[in-house]
Amino acid sequence: MLHIVACIKQVPDTKIIKMNPKTNTMDRASAPAILNPYDAHAVEEAVRLKKRYGGTVSVLTMGPPPAVKAIKKCIEIGADEGYMISDRAFAGADTLATSYALTKAIEKISQIKPVDLIICGKMTIDGDTGQVGPGIARRLDMPPLTSVNKVKEINLEEGYAIVHRKLEDGYEVIQSTMPCLMSVEKEINDVPYSSMTNMLKAARYQPVIWAVADLEDVERTQLGLKGSPTIVSKVWAPTKPSGGEMLEGDAAQQTEQLLNLLLEKKELFAVKGGSGVEL
Amino acid sequence: MSEKFDVIVVGAGPAGISCSYELAKAGVNVLLIERGEYPGSKNVMGGVLYRKMMEDVIPEFWKEAPLERPIVEQRFMMMDKESAVTVGYKGMEWGQEPYNNFTVLRAKFDQWFAGKAVEQGALLVNETVVLECIVEDGKVVGVRTDRPDGDLYADVVVLADGVNSLLAKSLGFHKEFRPDEVALATMEIIKLDKKTIEDRFNLEENQGTTIELFGDATKGILGTGFLYTNKDTLSLGVGSLLSGLIKHKIKPYELLEYVKNHPMIRPYIAGGEPVEYLAHMIPEGGYKSMPKVAGNGVLVVGDAAQLVNAIHREGSNLAMKSGQFAAEAVLLAKEHDDYSEATLNHYKTRLMSSFVGQDMKKYKDSTHHFDKFPQYFDKYIPMVNKAASQMFTVDGSSKWEKQKKIWRDVGTAGEKFKLARDAYRAWKVMK
Repeated sequence: MLHIVACIKQVPDTKIIKMNPKTNTMDRASAPAILNPYDAHAVEEAVRLKKRYGGTVSVLTMGPPPAVKAIKKCIEIGADEGYMISDRAFAGADTLATSYALTKAIEKISQIKPVDLIICGKMTIDGDTGQVGPGIARRLDMPPLTSVNKVKEINLEEGYAIVHRKLEDGYEVIQSTMPCLMSVEKEINDVPYSSMTNMLKAARYQPVIWAVADLEDVERTQLGLKGSPTIVSKVWAPTKPSGGEMLEGDAAQQTEQLLNLLLEKKELFAVKGGSGVEL
Repeated sequence: MSEKFDVIVVGAGPAGISCSYELAKAGVNVLLIERGEYPGSKNVMGGVLYRKMMEDVIPEFWKEAPLERPIVEQRFMMMDKESAVTVGYKGMEWGQEPYNNFTVLRAKFDQWFAGKAVEQGALLVNETVVLECIVEDGKVVGVRTDRPDGDLYADVVVLADGVNSLLAKSLGFHKEFRPDEVALATMEIIKLDKKTIEDRFNLEENQGTTIELFGDATKGILGTGFLYTNKDTLSLGVGSLLSGLIKHKIKPYELLEYVKNHPMIRPYIAGGEPVEYLAHMIPEGGYKSMPKVAGNGVLVVGDAAQLVNAIHREGSNLAMKSGQFAAEAVLLAKEHDDYSEATLNHYKTRLMSSFVGQDMKKYKDSTHHFDKFPQYFDKYIPMVNKAASQMFTVDGSSKWEKQKKIWRDVGTAGEKFKLARDAYRAWKVMK
């Protein structure tokens, strides 16, 4: 029976968030907190694998108390259990410190039930780094499988998993040993409308919450701000590109105009180190 | 497998939440279903929350609820195109505990209020639409939601699904509402800094003003506008009976634009940034439009029961009270293990003998009256403005002459008679 841990995060909805023009930081109060969209796909994939192979899905998050809401959302999707690590000592963590804290929590979950597979979303929409998943894999000495857009097969007895990894021009098929960690792309699945049974379960659910003191062998200097070597030198909001040229006329006319434009601006096709495209 | 609850409440607005809160507090197994992302996300009102009825549910709520400003001043503006006659009252007794009423933003407030019901033990499920009531042997036994395995059962279903209650309609409790039974209101939340609001409205910190707008705010169509002060936003809105909008071929947002540009309103909102646009229907048919409110295994509360006092811009307070009465009736039914209409009708009896029913009856003809005789809004309000202008313009003519002129301007003897008749009629429907 598979035991899958899905790592998730509650994030501000960056689609509608406003930037504070003075400090150049995100005004977190201006946007509602949501489950990181990539993580919803990670949880959904875990639930699908559970249905295929049998087993349990646990979700894990690090965050302040309101992040319980994100765990409940995962229960709605079909997760069985939720764990949350919440402590002031975790605050201000970068990806290095976050992966350390989550690793400690996964070790604790493994004591309850050995973990066969860890699934993460590709990245969070507030940080956009995609580093925490591989970081956890490295710390747990597991193969990190990033950009997964299909889980072809899992064979727990033989101890391998076969997945498709998304590439720019297609995909590659990879076989990995188990346990392993996958970070998944959005197109791996569609998250369906949750069933009433799961909605009721989520409404009643209270996750297990651990503080630092509940975890074992924790090196406190590796937590939170103290354990974060990342230096943010500058943050700015990108300016919206303005101007541009609008082509008018019917499709044929527009095509002709575009073609002429492209012929004029051959530099657009220049390949680095190459001689460009012959037109 | 379908679960069974003691009570399912459909809709997390003031009525549904109050009902759930009271039931959960009494130990009843209650499920509250909300279609929005969270309670309040789809709920709209101008923004006045009445202290008394809220306090009846949660004592001293103002100590923790997300409120905007306690209202210390209420103004009424009778507007013409370029003028207004304003009356009002400001009193410091409203600025201290226990307060009279508050401005609120529903998206925040309802979320908090629903959280209190959950604290009492109510189960809240969001983002779920109830498609219909499940009826067996002439009795409502549950609801069908839009989710997979979405049928749920209960001894009583409380319909708090708002104006235009499709669920009450599908049970045959009311017909499709006519355009003269519902108003359409649109509003904007306009951001301004705190200090500017306090300066413009002559307020101190933690004080608020409400201004009700009559007459030209709705271009003389039956309806009202409002301008309320929040902490660092203003709520400006306008609502008219659907029938009036149809008759005058005016789109609701055009009316809102008109008010925003009105010389009596423009200076208040100058420099403000609209941050939200909201629109909602308001049930204004009054007593005569009320549906059947109790049936076998079912109760109807709040806007779904048309509980709005349009004249006094009250609604959320009536909704809360109705939610409480519904909870009371459910507890009585539970005690007797009898969820028939006969027992649940206790709700109707309590509702109609309370101030809710009394006020609904008192103003039963008011909306229809003002709808039928548009002269109050499109003729008499401009007349009052003209009279005030005459009286207060110092131009060397004596006050006697001015009064004579004002009286002359009312028109012929026939028109004077009409004015007297309309005044009497208005008094009659309001008395």
